Amino acid sequence: MDRIPILRMGECLLVTIQVDMHDQLALALQDDLTSAITKQRTRAVLIDISALVMVDSFIGRMLANISAMSKILDAETVVVGMQPAVAITLVELGLQLPGVRTALNVDQGMKLLRRALRAT
Amino acid sequence: MNTPTTIPQMIENHRDSLLADWLQEQATIGSQRLLISDAELRQQCLDFLRLLQEATASGGMKDMNSPQWDRVKELLESVATSRAQQGFSPTEVATFVFSLKKPLFGRLRQDIRDVENLGREIWAGTEMIDRLGLYTAEVYQKARDETISRQQAEMLELSTPVVNLWEGILALPLIGTLDSSRTQVVMETLLQKIVDTGSTVAIIDITGVPTVDTLVAQHLLKTVTAARLMGADCIISGIRPQIAQTIVHLGVELGDVATKASLADAFQLALKRAGLEIRRPAASALAGED
Repeated sequence: MDRIPILRMGECLLVTIQVDMHDQLALALQDDLTSAITKQRTRAVLIDISALVMVDSFIGRMLANISAMSKILDAETVVVGMQPAVAITLVELGLQLPGVRTALNVDQGMKLLRRALRAT
Repeated sequence: MNTPTTIPQMIENHRDSLLADWLQEQATIGSQRLLISDAELRQQCLDFLRLLQEATASGGMKDMNSPQWDRVKELLESVATSRAQQGFSPTEVATFVFSLKKPLFGRLRQDIRDVENLGREIWAGTEMIDRLGLYTAEVYQKARDETISRQQAEMLELSTPVVNLWEGILALPLIGTLDSSRTQVVMETLLQKIVDTGSTVAIIDITGVPTVDTLVAQHLLKTVTAARLMGADCIISGIRPQIAQTIVHLGVELGDVATKASLADAFQLALKRAGLEIRRPAASALAGED
């Protein structure tokens, strides 16, 4: 089964979703990411979904879940590069992802994470 | 019962006088105003009489769907469409056809002495002209509807400009009522512009929105949420006192969306968030320039 790679860059874990997400893949990512956070003791996670063009309520909820889980493990999460169509779909589905930090691109996401880490 | 009618023959014989009377009739009703030139009107009437004669001569005055009526209908379509664009009223357009009745029946009365025959011919003529008149009115209505829907589409496109106020700051001045289809367009253009310009702050100015009800507020919140999901902050500005009152009375929860009374205030906040500020140049610098 293919998996989504989780890269470490300095203090930060970098997840780039480049393929169509299906439910199994999303669950695997959830497992991998939570264990990576604890094992590598990182305090920041950046999820890039700029290549994601299709979402459903499950993927939307998964994004919220991953954020919440990271928060419990004391890691800041930021979701970057959401496409307009994806944002509209999520809003129409009623998923407002209240606890999720977002940024326009990886650059601004990194800035946001750095600021958050400095604040704590 | 399909008795041969004398109407085509009659049109053939009296074409010129019929045309003159018909034009006279239209002038008396005073429907044509100055929107159309005499020569053009005369040509239209002449064409119509010719085609009507051809159509009735080839039989079947009852069935407007038969092919011999196609050319008559084509002419009526072009007349109705061009008049709809020229700004004629529905009555004026329908009168074009209906005003033919008087001269036509006058000729029939002159030609036919037999009362029973006359009655039958007039009935056939009335039926035919009524159908043609209704058809014209229908085409006219359709042409008007098309104009309206085209203008609506144009307005929808024009009414949602997204302006780049500063590096990383967008403004979206909303004018007119927000409904679902418009919100969709507004949302899409704003989000696309956010991606294109890489802006982190978007100011939605609702000075030009006449009323805010729960539905409009919901639409606004949707747009704000979608922008936030993409990583851009929204500020809602241009909230008039009455609208602020309405929002509270309706119990609309704006949540943690930043709201400002004027676009200027919102711009200031946006600059602050982007780490910029506007300052007056120092007095010494001004003096140096002079």
